[in-house]
Amino acid sequence: MQASTAKKAIDAKLRAKGIGMSFKRDGNTTAVLENIDLDVGEGEFLCLLGPSGCGKSTLLNIVAGFLEPTSGTVMIDGESVKGPDARRIFVFQERGVFPWLTVEGNVGFGLFRLTRAERETRIAHYIKLVGLQGFEKAYPQELSGGMKQRLEVARALAVKPDMLFLDEPFGALDSITRLIMRGELLRIWEAERKTIVFVTHDIEEAVQLADRVVVMSTRPARIQKIVEIDIPHPRDISSPRYLELRDGIFEEIGLAHKI
Amino acid sequence: MSSTAWTRRLERVVWPLLLGLVLLLAWHYSVAWTGSKVFPSPLDVRKGMAELARRGVLWGYIADSLRRVGVGFCSAMVVGIPLGLTLGWYPAASQVVNPLIQMVRPISPIAWIPISIVWFGVGERSAIFLIFLAALFPIVVAAMNGVRNVPSIFRRAGRNFGLSPLRLLATVVFPASLPQIIIGLRIALGIAWLVVVAAEMIAVDSGLGYLVIDARNSGKRYDLVVAAMLMIGLIGLGLDIGFRQLETVKAIRWGFRHEG
Ligand SMILES: Nc1ncnc2c1ncn2[C@@H]1O[C@H](COP(=O)(O)OP(=O)(O)OP(=O)(O)O)[C@@H](O)[C@H]1O
Ligand SMILES: [Mg+2]
Repeated sequence: MQASTAKKAIDAKLRAKGIGMSFKRDGNTTAVLENIDLDVGEGEFLCLLGPSGCGKSTLLNIVAGFLEPTSGTVMIDGESVKGPDARRIFVFQERGVFPWLTVEGNVGFGLFRLTRAERETRIAHYIKLVGLQGFEKAYPQELSGGMKQRLEVARALAVKPDMLFLDEPFGALDSITRLIMRGELLRIWEAERKTIVFVTHDIEEAVQLADRVVVMSTRPARIQKIVEIDIPHPRDISSPRYLELRDGIFEEIGLAHKI
Repeated sequence: MSSTAWTRRLERVVWPLLLGLVLLLAWHYSVAWTGSKVFPSPLDVRKGMAELARRGVLWGYIADSLRRVGVGFCSAMVVGIPLGLTLGWYPAASQVVNPLIQMVRPISPIAWIPISIVWFGVGERSAIFLIFLAALFPIVVAAMNGVRNVPSIFRRAGRNFGLSPLRLLATVVFPASLPQIIIGLRIALGIAWLVVVAAEMIAVDSGLGYLVIDARNSGKRYDLVVAAMLMIGLIGLGLDIGFRQLETVKAIRWGFRHEG
């Protein structure tokens, strides 16, 4: 299942070239992204890793079509990205679920083009996939943070997108739930083979999940290094190779791995 | 339900009732001690109410007042919600219309009485127009602000799923602003009830507002005046309590603070 990097580069799902972004505020311009080139392969799990405020969310919003870059182009499937698209769903932190809809209503939100019967089977399937059976009629305020996060993932998957953009989706969860959610996401990814771009500032999280980890520098962000994580899933997080890769990234970011 | 929740609920009813009772007693004894001939005691008022019921006008008057509020309030809702949603949706439109709204809003509905009589004549329609006018502005303003305050994260999610603007409005923006709209409706209903009484004092010959004026003019029946005032207050309270039940509907409740 580990396609070679060379092959990925050829049939890139997403290709960003020369992305630059600067924001104007109070007459000053801040350069946030500088000359970013990035390819994401079909079915790949890619993590964007970098210090807080470096521009990870900005980059993710650009490739998702929510923000227009100051320079550069983003191509997905050979088409240039003009705006958000139902084939590529952006998952926010849990705050993105609609509080006025039930679990069912949220999962079915994007399915308005389907017939009623199709919609119902689709909803049931994804509720089961994320383990929310029994909560179909519950409202988000009756769910825990982790359940809301799973609900949002289910809402995204239900429209059968070919890409998912996740911006620190587990950032607000406690460490145990976070660990469980990572396992769930990997399980879903293996079942559905979406192309995933996942933003995080947690090194362990990146090394546990990704095929490749893109390490970004401080602002203005450039791509500092791309680390291929050549460990098959399920990953043994105490194996020497895991520790080697993890420590390599720690050093890359300029942190001594001690506290 | 746990027993503490029960006692808490009970307390919420018992204490206000007790306060009401104390005030009634205070009223009764102050009338008795001062020996007032004009101001009615609670017992006089009760007798007055019984008399109204016997004459068969009490329920009719209440129904008339409620009907006027119902019609006026509902038409304000039908006009005000779409108008407010549109204004909130197109900031350019609200920039044009908002100064006008803010200018017309502070004009008391009472000040509109002469105009409404010119337009609609003395009677039912005039009263309903005043109620409509009074209820309209809080509804429009609430819907407008509701739309403006929809978190961008919800709009973005809606756009991401490829919704048409109309569908986005119907399935995201409207439900997201509903809690604020409900608050606006509740304020508007209170105002509508306030205005119906004023309107009935001038424009019509039935209803609780009419009763207040009529009882005073025909024989200084202050027992009936106070009886009508009490009915007005109690029905206002009832309307408010009824309306607050809406806030517990689950699809709306997220927008309100609830302890449970
Ligand atoms: N709309 C905006 N206007 C002005 N500046 C912005 C805007 N959005 C982001 N920035 C700036 O761009 C920089 C990068 O922001 P971004 O949210 O992409 O960082 P991030 O890497 O996602 O950080 P974090 O890990 O804390 O989420 C920040 O310095 C921020 O102040
Ligand atoms: Mg961010």
